[in-house]
Amino acid sequence: MFNTALSWSDLVFLAHGAGMTLAVTAVSVAAGTVLGILFGVIRSQLGPYWAAPLTFVLDVFRSVPLLIQLVLGNALQSIMKLGWPPFTTSCVVLSLYTAAYCTEIVRGGIDSVPTTTRRAARSLGMSWFQDMRYIVAPLAIRVSLPTWIGLTLGVMKDSALVLWLGLIELLRASQILVTRLQEPLFILLICGAIYFIISLPIARLGGYLEKRWSPND
Amino acid sequence: MIEIENVRKSFGSLEVLKGINLTVKKGEVVTVIGGSGSGKSTLLTCINGLEPIASGKVVIDGTDVHAKSTDLNKLRQKVGIVFQQWNAFPHLTVLENVMLAPRKVLGMSKQKAEEIAVKQLTHVGLGEKLSVYPNRMSGGQQQRMAIARALAMSPEYMLFDEVTSALDPMLVGEVLDTLRMLASEGMTMICVTHEMKFAREVSDRVAFFHQGVMAEIAAPEQLFDAPEHAETKKFLAATH
Amino acid sequence: MFHYTFHWNQAFKALPQMLDGALVTLQIALLSMAIGLAVAIALTLFRLSGSRILGGFATAWIEVARNTPALFQIYMAHFGLGNFGIHLSPFTSLLVGIAFNNAGYLAENFRGALKAIPDTQARAGRSLGMTSLQAFRLIVMPQMLRVAFLPVTNQMVWAILMTSLGVTVGMNTDLAGITQELNARSFRTFEFFAIAAVIYYVIAKAVTLAARAFASRMFRY
Repeated sequence: MFNTALSWSDLVFLAHGAGMTLAVTAVSVAAGTVLGILFGVIRSQLGPYWAAPLTFVLDVFRSVPLLIQLVLGNALQSIMKLGWPPFTTSCVVLSLYTAAYCTEIVRGGIDSVPTTTRRAARSLGMSWFQDMRYIVAPLAIRVSLPTWIGLTLGVMKDSALVLWLGLIELLRASQILVTRLQEPLFILLICGAIYFIISLPIARLGGYLEKRWSPND
Repeated sequence: MIEIENVRKSFGSLEVLKGINLTVKKGEVVTVIGGSGSGKSTLLTCINGLEPIASGKVVIDGTDVHAKSTDLNKLRQKVGIVFQQWNAFPHLTVLENVMLAPRKVLGMSKQKAEEIAVKQLTHVGLGEKLSVYPNRMSGGQQQRMAIARALAMSPEYMLFDEVTSALDPMLVGEVLDTLRMLASEGMTMICVTHEMKFAREVSDRVAFFHQGVMAEIAAPEQLFDAPEHAETKKFLAATH
Repeated sequence: MFHYTFHWNQAFKALPQMLDGALVTLQIALLSMAIGLAVAIALTLFRLSGSRILGGFATAWIEVARNTPALFQIYMAHFGLGNFGIHLSPFTSLLVGIAFNNAGYLAENFRGALKAIPDTQARAGRSLGMTSLQAFRLIVMPQMLRVAFLPVTNQMVWAILMTSLGVTVGMNTDLAGITQELNARSFRTFEFFAIAAVIYYVIAKAVTLAARAFASRMFRY
């Protein structure tokens, strides 16, 4: 039989790590999406010229490695004496990072709604908000949801980097076990399998929605 | 000469050609009319071997198209086809679109291919558009380019598959004019079309297809003015 | 307000060192892209081959590359291969990890690009007497390259950003690694990493702009 020093409590340790991965991901995606919707609406409302400063800032978040962003975020909170624990810092940085991508998705979704459709809504006497709420949002969500699910999966994978700030998430937990048990391949395979188990249902949902909502239905 | 003998063809359980017999002589213009799903477009793709057939025979100048030993690439140089969707190659200019096959398939020199391409493009009225990319042109212009592209291979036979069906009504005329010109020059052509007026003008014979069968074939005056088959009468009444 | 004095001078003195690191970063990114592109073409052909073994291998590679963190893939190269007595240097681990990731994503892009070219294009080529190979080479492939170009550029930017992960396996010659070393010696974390961030941003933008300029020359239709 296959011999391993891996014990039941080690598996629980890994599960805790996975729990941390999920927690960081959930908080960041939730906050990032709210911000992303806000920024996305602002961007498409202001047009490319007036939204340029916002676009630039968000672009920085997409063009600088996340690891560097995490280090900078942590340094900044310590300079400002905010006293944030690593979890808070990680979530704040990841939320902004998520928001930067989500903004593009939201803007793309809004822009995908034909002007003629929106004009039709306004010509029926709908207010800007009603047009957004009843016409644009349902159509834009259809277009954006598959990409948004991709983003969620991406953030889940990228959240591994918070280990640099000392959070023990799934990958860090695996690394600790690797150092202790000296069975790198076996433990990393379990770690990879857990990532798969977490992401597969979400990916399947994305694929399903993409098929179901493809534009030519 | 194109000889079509008892050709049958099915897509799954649907038989689209139920034993077609037709002979087209050199210099002859035959148009094929009929409702959608009558099998008329499929016949064209069977003639140049783009689609295999279930049984029967297509013989072009003594060569059996569907025989295993036939070099289809060679045969297709002789039989040009233009589709409803013009299928311009978007990554090449108009001139390059037309030059590509003569150079790569016939192995012509660049100079010679260009000379021929310019000649054919001028012929279809696109002499001014040589360095333009297809997506900058109207559908009618792209379709004329597709015709020039086929003609640049100096084919002996031309097959036209509803070449005006995907065009705006305003652009149909310019493409039909090109076909009329070819017909008047003596090109052997089989045209599948919905343009009845055009069919009457250019054809030596008009064939009416109905549900995979060639229901009637006759000179245009006879087919249009005194159709014999009940389905032909129905079809003509509906389209007029 | 913050009771913190920024020491930018000290940080700027290290700029030449950091720029050297940036060159290493660019080098790893380019190498990993070259390897990634070659493997991605192979994986795409495997998928098209119709062989279940080759196809399964390609699918497994692509799924792992896309569904696990890039850092996990680097760890696999660095720690995981240790099981087979293979001990890669930080540089090689980083290169292997990123190349693995690139190959998976690029192969998926190629599949998308292949799908984007309608069958009628190859058919039009065949009807002009081209062989299927000619139709693919002269008509389908040039169009595919255009469709795949933007995703390939994006992957290149990703590769640059991913190189920063090397620091977690002890890489100390690339931009992130050098920055971290400087930081460990001086504790001017914010200053050093802010400069590193600017350099990463400039590299990423330069690559994007260069690719755009190249594309507008290459793809004029």
